[in-house]
Amino acid sequence: MTARRWLLPEAIEDMPPAEARRVEALRRRLLDEFERHGYELVIPPLLEYVESLLTGSGGDLDLRTFKLVDQLSGRTMGIRADITPQVARIDAHLLNRGGVSRLCYCGSVLHALPAGLLASREPLQVGAELYGHGGLEADMEVIRLLARALEVCAIPAARYDIGHLGIFRGLARRAELDPALERDVFAALQAKDVPLLEALLCGAPEPARGGLRALPELYGSRNILGEARRILPAWPEIAAPLDELERLADALADLPVSFDLADLRGYDYHSGVVFAAYCNGHPGAVALGGRYDKVGKSFGRGRPATGFSMDLREIAWLSPAVPSRAAILAPWPEDAALHAAIQALRAAGEVVVAELPGHGGTWSETGCDRRLVQRDGQWIIEALKENANG
Amino acid sequence: MSTITIALSKGRIFDETLPLLAAAGIVPAENPESSRKLIIGTNRPEVRVVIVRASDVPTYVQYGAADLGIAGKDVLLEHGGAGLYQPLDLKIARCRMCVAAPAGFDYQAAVRRGARLRVATKYIEVAREHFAAKGVHVDLIKLYGSMELAPLAGLAEAIVDLVSSGATLKANNLVEVEEIMPISSRLIVNQASMKMKHDLIQPVIDAFAGAVP
Repeated sequence: MTARRWLLPEAIEDMPPAEARRVEALRRRLLDEFERHGYELVIPPLLEYVESLLTGSGGDLDLRTFKLVDQLSGRTMGIRADITPQVARIDAHLLNRGGVSRLCYCGSVLHALPAGLLASREPLQVGAELYGHGGLEADMEVIRLLARALEVCAIPAARYDIGHLGIFRGLARRAELDPALERDVFAALQAKDVPLLEALLCGAPEPARGGLRALPELYGSRNILGEARRILPAWPEIAAPLDELERLADALADLPVSFDLADLRGYDYHSGVVFAAYCNGHPGAVALGGRYDKVGKSFGRGRPATGFSMDLREIAWLSPAVPSRAAILAPWPEDAALHAAIQALRAAGEVVVAELPGHGGTWSETGCDRRLVQRDGQWIIEALKENANG
Repeated sequence: MSTITIALSKGRIFDETLPLLAAAGIVPAENPESSRKLIIGTNRPEVRVVIVRASDVPTYVQYGAADLGIAGKDVLLEHGGAGLYQPLDLKIARCRMCVAAPAGFDYQAAVRRGARLRVATKYIEVAREHFAAKGVHVDLIKLYGSMELAPLAGLAEAIVDLVSSGATLKANNLVEVEEIMPISSRLIVNQASMKMKHDLIQPVIDAFAGAVP
């Protein structure tokens, strides 16, 4: 039974060197790309008091957050389950900028309950957020940035699915649903569970009822936006979100974009345009994003906000493997010429590993495929051929 | 070429799904009852059927191992439905989820009294939700079959089970004391497949919707 002592908790994993290398390479590429788009890196703390950690997220994050008691203050602290609210807090309270702020982040979060199938309970969340601009330009920018991010990670055949919370909220208000029922309707729409939806809406007034009933079928190419105009009631609160989606469809016509008017997430959190990215080989969305204009308000400063995030572990799994490390084995550097040769190789980007004495025959397993040898007074590189005896 | 995989279970669901598949222009090449194969081709090269246990259908679809599946509402409620679209009630394999108790047992009085009730069932989530909504405390005993035996053998006071004709209850001197919900089979769809293979999946959904009895 002692063997069990080394097992990790469920849905918690180590990253061995090859995987860590891949994840780190992607992290650097993504953060560099975000920086080139003007997104500044922030590093929020791993834990905070739960009141601020859960602000604005509603109940969604509460059950998912690991909690502990702070021995200094006696207050309950939570280990972050999502970095986005922390970044919103930084924008609202720390930066206090009048104009736009563009922020990005990458860090581990913990989920008491895994977010999905095969999901780690310790996702490595990476994302970018844009604060201070309520216009559609911000939505376009973050969707394009997401597309660029997936391109940088070489994610195959990514597709972008766009929805709008405004349509649901407009219909729900006119249907005069009580708050508990409204949540049930929201959940039924998420699952496109038409039979349940019909049962829930049996007492709601027309035409709002017919509108909500039609949402699960309004998904697909941009043609469904025209169909939505035909089917849904011609109220300004429905027409305005549809106009926004049309404008997005025009602006993003070069991307593989589709629309889903029942693709709803974050009942307490999201406000306008929401989007998700899908790709071949993954049973769910690989990145999620959208507007959350109300969240800053709960931090005392309402700011328009949109952005996206994804789990770098998942992204690394889906992105093509990077070539494995190829290193050069060098004798222990006691000689000045050897030392100079090693420095030159490292400066040129090569991995040079010092051969510590007494480990002959084991260097291939650390990735060495060549060795530095002295021939006629010169240090040159030869293929490394090891046998069991070194 | 993009392909789609449909997860089905053997027996009643498979038999009652055949006409729906036919409406979508899909004819399985073999009958799983006679062939024993777990992956069955169809008349269409881009469509295949996998045969899995009924309670495993949502799992296959959720993980994307199958794009579409047909599962009873009872199975979906136990599974939780996370990550699945459930767009259609196919109205096949119909029955009801019920509470049943021995003929002499005063179920209504037992529930009113507020005492704990011992309930044996295969459907733990459905039973928990049903009794919680009524405000009744229950001790749930998970069984995998022959639920009707539990009250007779003194293991439980009541059972929660699927009832079709009621013949098994009657043969064991049990009566249905409460209907929890009607049950039928649903079409379920993997969320990513719905987005990525929309062109292949949508015609199947439309054909099924047109053929639902």
